[in-house]
Amino acid sequence: MSKVLFVEPERCTGCRTCELICSFTHTGEFNPLHSCVSIVAFEKNGFSFPAVCQQCSIAACMEVCPVGAISKDQNGAMIVNHSICLRCKMCTIACPFGATFYDAENDRILKCDLCGGDPQCVENCASGALTYREANTVNQSKRRATAAKFLGLMEEGR
Amino acid sequence: MFGWQGKILRVNLSDGSIKPEALNEEWAHQFIGARGLGTKYFFEEVDPQVDPLSPKNKLIFMTGPLTGTFASSAGRFNVVTKGPLNGTIAASNSGGYWGAELKYAGWDGIIIEGRADRPVYLYIYNDQAELRCAEELWGKNVFETTDMLKEATDEEAKVACIGPAGENLVKFACIMNEYHRAAGRSGVGAVMGSKNLKAIVVRGTGSIKVDNPAAFMQACQDARKKLREHEVTGEGLGAYGTNILVNILNEHGGLPVKNFSEAAVFPNAEKISGEYHAEKYLVRNKGCFGCTIACGRVTNIPQGRFKSSGEGPEYEATWTFGSNLAIDDFEAICKANFLCNELGLDPITMGGTISCATELVQRGIIPRTVADLRWGDGAMLVDLVRKTAYREGFGDELAEGSYRLAEKYGHPEFSMTVKKQELPAYDPRGLQGIGLNYATSNRGGCHVRGYMTSPEVLGLPERVDPDATEGKPALLKTFQDLTALCDSAGICLFTTFAIGLPEIAAQLRTATGLNISDDEYLLAGERIWNLERLFNLKAGFSKKDDTLPPRLLKDPMPGGPHKGRVVELDKMLPEYYRLRGWNEEGVPTQERLQQLGLA
Repeated sequence: MSKVLFVEPERCTGCRTCELICSFTHTGEFNPLHSCVSIVAFEKNGFSFPAVCQQCSIAACMEVCPVGAISKDQNGAMIVNHSICLRCKMCTIACPFGATFYDAENDRILKCDLCGGDPQCVENCASGALTYREANTVNQSKRRATAAKFLGLMEEGR
Repeated sequence: MFGWQGKILRVNLSDGSIKPEALNEEWAHQFIGARGLGTKYFFEEVDPQVDPLSPKNKLIFMTGPLTGTFASSAGRFNVVTKGPLNGTIAASNSGGYWGAELKYAGWDGIIIEGRADRPVYLYIYNDQAELRCAEELWGKNVFETTDMLKEATDEEAKVACIGPAGENLVKFACIMNEYHRAAGRSGVGAVMGSKNLKAIVVRGTGSIKVDNPAAFMQACQDARKKLREHEVTGEGLGAYGTNILVNILNEHGGLPVKNFSEAAVFPNAEKISGEYHAEKYLVRNKGCFGCTIACGRVTNIPQGRFKSSGEGPEYEATWTFGSNLAIDDFEAICKANFLCNELGLDPITMGGTISCATELVQRGIIPRTVADLRWGDGAMLVDLVRKTAYREGFGDELAEGSYRLAEKYGHPEFSMTVKKQELPAYDPRGLQGIGLNYATSNRGGCHVRGYMTSPEVLGLPERVDPDATEGKPALLKTFQDLTALCDSAGICLFTTFAIGLPEIAAQLRTATGLNISDDEYLLAGERIWNLERLFNLKAGFSKKDDTLPPRLLKDPMPGGPHKGRVVELDKMLPEYYRLRGWNEEGVPTQERLQQLGLA
């Protein structure tokens, strides 16, 4: 039973509520740059992409960490042990998605910890672009939606 | 300070000086932020008789204490100046991300003074600010300008700029931000153009702190829950955008047709409706900063002569380019709307001016040799929008707005304006309260100063008889005061479909630590309303300007559910003045000004 934070960019409205709640949950202040989720907005095209840690099974952040400060917790989240972290920022370089962040003001690595199994970004996402679901069945609604289009086409052709 | 950042940036374009200064805390407590606080600074610093396009006019960008926080739909900022369209106090409100970015850069607002010798733009990176050459940008449209400035500064920077319309001093030019959002009305873009200021680019990496984080989050979550569960803010606006109003107003008999000259029922309304928009052209919803409603429309016209894409159109634009011009081609409406965004024009005044001109041509007042205008011609509309921004041919006359145009040809009565600003998409002969709102709005023809459509048509917060005049002055006063508070807090007016004074006050109180009662917060709204009124009185407006175009007062509605009605303004206005504590001439009494702390 493992869950994943599932992103559906096509649903995202770009409201950045996830950035606000994440920065507040982790710092008590509002600052999109102190958030573990970041909305990459293509303002002209009206398209927004939530960039957030995918908690990779083979995690570059963990592999590259010279002191072993990153480890997996019981929810499958890669957690930073701040007491031994060197702030060398190698993890932010290694992450292929740019989804591991460095907070310069507070001198620490910011990385999605799935809020201990109750991700607040998901809780507050009104559009449904962010959900927290069973890993095994995460894509089933997409499959059914695509299949339904075929069903419609076939019934039209009948 | 909490909520507020406590800092204002003062930029003098004449001598190039840029100075930070502390926010006036006493004024912030009295006038909250954005619209109210911007107006207070403007009132104290600028002569109300100033020529709006002269260097002595100022241009103030101001956020609210909730802007950029977790509060409900808190992405708003206001542009306060004396507007060139009509000379009233202009407070033009926009969403998007720009306001929040300014807060993250550490500023509550920017005061722009003087006039630059050559085109410049202002670049703000946190506490650093500098004026840079914009000569290469002059002449570029909003999209080109925004692209170039992101390239030149920071790809994540937020850009507020003018297009060709602002440069060419079109009287109803907008200031656009994030490509598609607009501080739309009153011609604030022309003021920016007159100052040779092409853009303000902002990048902020700081934080916003609130006074009582736990209580603030509770207040925000309470408001957000109500927004998500409400039929308008949680369902209707998300599904169909503001265009959901097309069918609703049409069924009500309040959708104006052909410059308000016919019954306010458009036979082809379905073809320009929010439902039609969603079915045929909607790509996805778009939300401004921190907004759960996401009423914005990303729209694509995939083919044909109006092939284009962009955001919108919103209900007011759909109406003004649609039934107001007897156009039922939604693709032409979209194209005209996208052009307004690219060129930096206010669609409401654009369409209202074309509809006025078309009526004048149809009546033989403007010769067809000057302009051969027809109802129902989408291609003509698109051409006129472009010509207006560049002041080409007849576009040069349209660029002055409908009042100056109709006056030039000797018939100002066909300009559907209040205080020379074009009316929006509600025929007040079918909504008496909206009629009183139009007549008394502090910036002239406007729907977002006291949205009486909400109780009169939508039944929110409770249904009132749209044809009745009784009780309307008191209801409107509350709406106007609450709207002034909402606009000043930095949150979106659309939230007030679902939340009211208690929710707004709770968010303000916990964010700022300003521990005053709900009623005192509403009183701040009333204080702001009266300050705007005082400015307009000093600018030369008086009771005679609190009126409507003669057509709406004298010509009975020709058909539809409200057939035979006119706006009974004389039954409402005296009571409105009395409830406001103004004398019979519409001037606030000394006693009321003292109560409001304005004496």
